[in-house]
Amino acid sequence: MKRKERQSEMMVAPCWKAIAAAIICLGSLLGCATAQASGELKFCLRTEPKTFNPLKVEDEASGTIRYLTGGVLVRVNRQSQELEPELAQTWKLSKDGRQISFHLRSGLSFSDGTTFSAEDVAYTVQQLMDPALHSPTGDAFRSGTGNVETKILSPTQISIRFPAPVAGLDRLFDQVAILSGHSPKKEMAVLGPFMVADYKAGSTVLLKRNPNYWKSDEQGRKLPYLDSIRLDIQPNRDVEMLRFKRGELDLINSLDSEYFDKLATTSPQLVHDAGASLDSEQLWFNEVAKSPIPKYKKAWFHSANFRRAISEAINREDLSRVVFHGHAQPAAGPFSPANKFWFNAKLKPQTYSPDGALKALQSDGFRMENGTLKDKDGNEVVFSIITNAGNKYRERMAVLIQEDLQKIGIHVNVVTLDFPSLIERMTQSFDYEAILLGLTNVDLDPNGEMNVWLSSSENHQWNPQQKTPETSWEAEIDRQMRAQASSSDLKKRKEAFDRVQEIVVDQEPFIFLINKNALSAVSTSVHGAAPVILSPQTFWNAERLAVSAK
Amino acid sequence: MSLGRKLACAALVLVMSASAAANWLAPAGYSKQYREATNAPPSHTHWLGTDEIGRDRFARVLYGTRISLLLAPAAALLSTLMAAFFGGLAGYLGGAWARTAMAVTDLFLSLPWLFLLIAARALMPLNVSPLISVLVTFLLLGLLGWTTAARVLCTTAASLRTSDFVRQARAAGLTGQRLFWMHVVPNLKPVLYAQFWISIPVFILSEANLGILGLGVAEPMPSWGSLLKELEGLVSVGEEPWKFAPLILLAVVVTSFQLLLSKQEEAA
Repeated sequence: MKRKERQSEMMVAPCWKAIAAAIICLGSLLGCATAQASGELKFCLRTEPKTFNPLKVEDEASGTIRYLTGGVLVRVNRQSQELEPELAQTWKLSKDGRQISFHLRSGLSFSDGTTFSAEDVAYTVQQLMDPALHSPTGDAFRSGTGNVETKILSPTQISIRFPAPVAGLDRLFDQVAILSGHSPKKEMAVLGPFMVADYKAGSTVLLKRNPNYWKSDEQGRKLPYLDSIRLDIQPNRDVEMLRFKRGELDLINSLDSEYFDKLATTSPQLVHDAGASLDSEQLWFNEVAKSPIPKYKKAWFHSANFRRAISEAINREDLSRVVFHGHAQPAAGPFSPANKFWFNAKLKPQTYSPDGALKALQSDGFRMENGTLKDKDGNEVVFSIITNAGNKYRERMAVLIQEDLQKIGIHVNVVTLDFPSLIERMTQSFDYEAILLGLTNVDLDPNGEMNVWLSSSENHQWNPQQKTPETSWEAEIDRQMRAQASSSDLKKRKEAFDRVQEIVVDQEPFIFLINKNALSAVSTSVHGAAPVILSPQTFWNAERLAVSAK
Repeated sequence: MSLGRKLACAALVLVMSASAAANWLAPAGYSKQYREATNAPPSHTHWLGTDEIGRDRFARVLYGTRISLLLAPAAALLSTLMAAFFGGLAGYLGGAWARTAMAVTDLFLSLPWLFLLIAARALMPLNVSPLISVLVTFLLLGLLGWTTAARVLCTTAASLRTSDFVRQARAAGLTGQRLFWMHVVPNLKPVLYAQFWISIPVFILSEANLGILGLGVAEPMPSWGSLLKELEGLVSVGEEPWKFAPLILLAVVVTSFQLLLSKQEEAA
C-alpha cells in the first residue's frame, strides 16, 4: 500500500508541475496578449477637425489626427524633448542653416501600400511651400524670398535648401507629415501608426491601425498595439468628464484644475499632474504712444520701476494656490522651466514684497496719502485691468491682484469684456490700461515667438508695430532675437535667447504670473500611458498604448 | 390678507432688513479675501462658508441682496414711468400718435437687447467704479425694459378713451390735461402698479443673467448674478448645498413679489 501510495505521489508531483508550468505559460501568453492587444482607445476631440490634410492643420483637433496618422521624418520625443529619428534614419544640417539632408529608411510603405521614397518627401516639401496652399505649417519654414530647392540624391537620400537660414530647421520637421506623391488616396495615405477609417461629421472620427506601419517594439512585435482609436467630437467638458467617469472614455488629454480636483477626490489613481506646462498667464500695461489714455498714466506705464513694483506687489504663490488649487507654478519669465533646453535657469520668480514695491514706487515720486497711492503730481493711482469674460481663472486672478495692489494703495477696476471687444481694444483702438491674458505655447523653440518679441511685430502686445524700437532694451531684444534666428549654432542661440529672457524679466513689459500645470486623466484600463507636459500630453506614445477590457 | 401674502410680506421684510443690516451682520465686508480658507464649508466664522477665493459667502449674499433689491425696483420704476408716458399717452391720444408710439415700441421689442446690453457695457469707459457699473447696468435695464408694459398701457388707455365715463366727462366740458389727469391716470394706476411689480423680478433675473455673462456688476461688488455663477460647475446638489443660498433667496424673493403682485392684479 505504501509503495502504491508513493507511486501515486510520484505520479501526482510531475502532474502538478505540468499544470503549474501550463498556468505560467498561459499567464505569460495572456500578459503578451494584454500588452499587444489591442482594443480601442476612446477619447474626445473638443472641436470638429477642420481638415485631414496634414499641411493645412491649424486647429487642435486636426493636429491630433495629424499626430496619430502622420509619418514624420523626425520626431520631438515629448518626454525627453530630444529630436529622434523616424522616417529619416539620420539627418545633417549645413553650417549656414540653409540646408538639411535626410537619409531615409528603405522598404517602407504608406497605409495603402504605395512605396515611400525621397520623391514623396520632395512632393511634401513642394506642397508645403506652395503659396497657393497657405500651409500654416509651411509658414515656419519661410525665412526669406526665393524658392526652396529639393535635390533627390537617391530613393533614400534627399537634401532641401532654403533661400535663407531657418533656425531650428530640423525640429520644424516634427510637424511635417509626409504625403504620398503617387497614391490615389492623396492625404488619406499615411505613414503614421493609424489611418482615418471613418468620419461622421459632428460625431466621431475612427482611426484604425495602419497595417503597413513600419515600427516594431523591442520584442519584435508590430506596433501599434491598439486596433483603433475612436475620437468623439464633444465640445462640452462636463459631458466629457461624465463620460470619462462612466468609463465610456479612456482619457482626457487636458483638464483644468477644478475638474482635476473633483476627479482626484473620488479617483486619485486616474489623474496626472505632469508639472508646469509651457503655458503662461501674464499682465501687461499699455505702452502705445498714440493710445487714448491720460498722459500721466502713460508715464507710469512707461516706467520700468512702476512695472517692477506692480510685479513685486503681486502674490504669485497665492495665484497658484488659490486660483489654480496648487496646479500652477509662479512664473519666472517668458519661458517655463518645462522647456528644458531654452529656459534660462538663472531666472527665479519675482518675490512677493508689498513693502519693497512701495519703496520702489516712493523712489519714483509716488506717495501714500490716507491709504491711496498718488503720483508726484497728485494723481491717484487707479487703473483698470481687462480680461476676457467667462474665463473664471483669469477673473479670479484679476480679483486677487486687485486686493494685492490695494495693499499698496493702488485702486484697480476689474473689467471683463467679451473676447472680440478685448481684441479690438488690444490691437486696434489701444483703448485699455492693462490686460490680463495668457499665452499658449506649443513650440519649444523661441523662433515660435518671434512675432511677440520683435518690436515691429503685430503681436508685440504692449507696444506693437514700432517702426524703430522705441526703447534701448527693445532694440537689444530685437538684436538678440534676430541673432538667434539666423544662427545654426545652438549654443550661440541659447546665449542670445537667455539674454532676451533676462531683459524681459528686468524690464517687465509682460509681468509673467504663473505657468499652469499639465493636467490629464487616464483610465486604469490604458496601459503604457505616461502623461507629459508637451502636447499631446497623454497619447504622445499612442503606438505603444494598449487598452484592456474594463 | 391671505396667509401666503402674509408670509411673502414677512419674507421680503426679513430679507430687506438683513441686507440693510449687512454692515453689522457681516462686518468684515464682501471683498475681504481669507486666502487660507478658500471654498470652506459653513462654520461659526463663515456661516455660509467661503467662495473660491476665500470671501465670506454670507457677507456677499447680504450685500448682493442689498444691491439687487435696491436697484431692481428703481429700474422697474423707471421702466414703468417710461411705459406710462409712451404707452399711456399714445393710447389716450390715439390716431397717428398711437401708431407712431407703437411703431417705436415694436422697434425696441425687435432689438436683440442682450447684444445691445453687451455692446453698451463694452462701450462704457473702463475705469468706472463697481458702484457706477452697477448703476449703469440697472439704468440700461430700466431704459430698455419699458416696451412690453407700454403696449399694455396703450391698449388700456385706448379703451379708457372710448369709455362711457370719459365721454361723459368730455360732454361735461372737460378736455386736455385735466381730463387726462382726473379721469384717465387714476384708472391706469392699477395697471401701472401691476407692471411695476412684474418688472422687479424680471430685472433681478436679467441682472443675474448679465452677471453670468460677466457683464453685470463689477468685481469685487457682489450681486445675485455673480453669486449664482458659483453654481455653474456644481455637479450634484448634495455636494455643497450651502452654495444654493443665493438661488433659494432669489426664488423666495421672486415668489414673494409674485404673491404680492397677484393682489395688485386682482385690484387691477
